[in-house]
This record gives sequence, structure tokens and C-alpha cells, in this order.
Amino acid sequence: MEHPRETTLTVNGVRVMRRIEPRVHLVDFLREELGLTGSHIGCEHGVCGACTVRVNGEIVRGCLMLAVQADGCTVETIEGLSDSQELAALQRAFHERNALQCGFCTPGMLLAAQDLIRSGRKASREEIRAHISGNYCRCTGYQAIVDAIEEVIHGPR
Amino acid sequence: MKAPSFAYAKAKSLTQVYELLERPGARILAGGQSLIPSLNMRLAAPELLVDITGLAELASIAASANGLRIGALVTHAMLARSREVAEQMPLLAQAAAEVAHPAIRNRGTLGGSLALCDPAAEYPACALALEATIVLAGRGGERRVAARDFFRGLFETDIRAGELLVAAEFPRAERSLFVELARRQGDYAIVGLAAVAAASGRRFAFCGVASTPVLAACASRAATLDAALQALRQDLNPSADLYHCAATKLHLAGVLLSRAWNTLAKPH
Repeated sequence: MEHPRETTLTVNGVRVMRRIEPRVHLVDFLREELGLTGSHIGCEHGVCGACTVRVNGEIVRGCLMLAVQADGCTVETIEGLSDSQELAALQRAFHERNALQCGFCTPGMLLAAQDLIRSGRKASREEIRAHISGNYCRCTGYQAIVDAIEEVIHGPR
Repeated sequence: MKAPSFAYAKAKSLTQVYELLERPGARILAGGQSLIPSLNMRLAAPELLVDITGLAELASIAASANGLRIGALVTHAMLARSREVAEQMPLLAQAAAEVAHPAIRNRGTLGGSLALCDPAAEYPACALALEATIVLAGRGGERRVAARDFFRGLFETDIRAGELLVAAEFPRAERSLFVELARRQGDYAIVGLAAVAAASGRRFAFCGVASTPVLAACASRAATLDAALQALRQDLNPSADLYHCAATKLHLAGVLLSRAWNTLAKPH
């Protein structure tokens, strides 16, 4: 059973079948096996949020899920959500408000923010901060990120 | 920081779980939000992970005789959005909202938190305050353990070899409140408090103050807030953590006790 396991999952709409070693994390599989390097690897123990991806419609830590656990799941990454234009308004707001500098946290930050936007709640700034509390940004100080998300939720001020 | 090598099996039934647990070095994998970090940091090196997340029967919330029976695989997110929990067991919904961050709440489970017995975890304190019953199952059938007997020590519970935590039963309480202090939203609790006011009396259970959750028995019996705050000094003897000395923790426990006492004392 230590041996690679046949695993079938759908990644950004494409059905993928691979033999995967149980120890491989979902985010490593996405990056190294599928070449989807938009999901980043920061802390590798669930603290920084850089590896955030969507599994069966819910955001998860890509470093705290084994790739073999995604068998039968639908996985969406920053690449898929960018291509589908689902993130277009958020990406525009991030760009216009300078809500990124180095960009390392941005894919995870966009997924966490979009998760809140999709919920349909008219979130306050405090609720926005709470929702992205698991995503670290070491450049911006968060102010511009919260501004951008707020603009998408409530419209331009 | 990659996990060591291990074997992996996804269980299709409880019977298969019990069989797999007999293999040397076998460990249960549920939501994995504590186990996988400890694998990544090489703090754990199981030989076999028995993934139980395919067992749908462990992911339900059902009415029990005097409250709710909540399956081990119910996630923090499910607890936070469940209407039954909000109506009948708001303490658990409030506690769930304090657990880490949305992406972690989508995978982490009630059973995992109870079985791990992290000293800063929210649910063990809730289980003590609500006088919950932990339901364990193994080849020999089910075994039911009162929460006060279940949490034994630092990351140590009454679960025996070959057993799986399958559910917890929480009796309803008239009034309850979960409050927590952390440096940032979602951080581990510096101190947390599950407070219950029931017909059988008040119960205050703290997390983050010792190697296990602590039921503050003397403070729970006190008739006034002042007496409860005095009594808290007999109940708690917090150890310092990396950032907070024992005196700070004791002070903060008192702050939470005051908030909870005053909130529970307000008319409905």
C-alpha cells in the first residue's frame, strides 16, 4: 500500500488519471506532476495559505491534503479560475488598487477572497479580514487587499 | 518539509477500519488538518494511514435523546452552518467559528479535534461544559465515555488500541457562550472558555490553560461573579506558553469568565 495509487480527479475541467505516492501533497502534485505552478508553496504546514485551492467547490489548504485523497474530486486552481474569468473582477480590483507587490500570496488570496464573494454575503471590512485571516501577505499590509475585495463586494466607493 | 513515506488505505466500512487498525503503526486520517502538518514536520511517522473520510455514516448530525449526536466526520464548517446546531447547540457553532481559518474549517473535523486533545482546542472544552458523551467503537462494539473521563493528558485520551471515535453526544443547555482570546483571528487560543448555564447549574470549561481542558469546578459553583473570580484561582494553575506568562493567562481567564458571566446573566 506504500506503492503509488491509481488516482482519478478532475483538474480545471480536465480529467486526470495518475499513479500517486500516498505521501505527495495535493499542491505538490498539481505543481510538479501537472505543471500548475500558480498555487504556491510557502510554509507547508497550513499556516500561510499560499497553496489554497478549491476542492469540490470549497477552498482547502493544498499542503494539508494528500493528492490520493482527491481521488474522485473536482479541483480548481488559480489557472482554471483565471481562464474561466470567474476571478476577472477581483483581479482587476487587485491590479488597480495595488493589492499585491511580490505576488507570492496572490493566487491563494484571490481564492480565499472569491470564496467570500461567492457566498453572496455583503461582508464588512472586519468580516473580509476574518475571511482572509488564513492567508499571509508579507508585502502590502493588507489594507489594499481589503480595499480591493470590498470594492468587488460593494461596488466602487 | 515533505511527509515521510507511509502506506495509505481508504476504508470502505467500519469493519475494515478495525481490521486495518490492527496493523502495526496504523493511524486514523480524518480531516488531516493536524495530522498532515505533523507529518510534514516529521513529528509523526505512521506506517499506515487509514483514511476514514469515505464513511458517510460518520458525517451526520442527528437528534439524540436530550440533544444532538454529531458524527466524527462533521467538519468545523458544517457545524458553523448547521441550522440544528445553531438552534440547539449554539455553543458548538460559536466554537467552530474560532477554529483556524475557512480553508481549514472545510476539512478539519469534530472527531479529529476531540481525539487529538490539543490543549488549545475548542471542542474538548465544549464537551466538558456540556457534559458530552464520547462514543468510541471497535470490534467489540460501542463504548461510551463521559467527557470528564475522556481527556486524560496532553494529546492523550481514553481511546484504546483498535478503537475509533465515531461520534459525540451533546446534551442541550438552556444558555451557553463560547469566548476566546487569540492574537489574531484563527490563531490558537491563548485562553478559551465554554460557558454553560443549565438547570443543573453553571459550568465553565477552559482551553489553553493546561495540558487538557479544565472544568473550573469551584468557579462553576460560585454564587456571584466576584466569588467565581476568586474561586478561579483554585481551579486554574496555567502554565506559560511562548508568549504569555502564567499570571497573564490567569488574568485573561478571569476576563473571559467575567464576559461570559455577564452575558449569561442578561435576560433572554
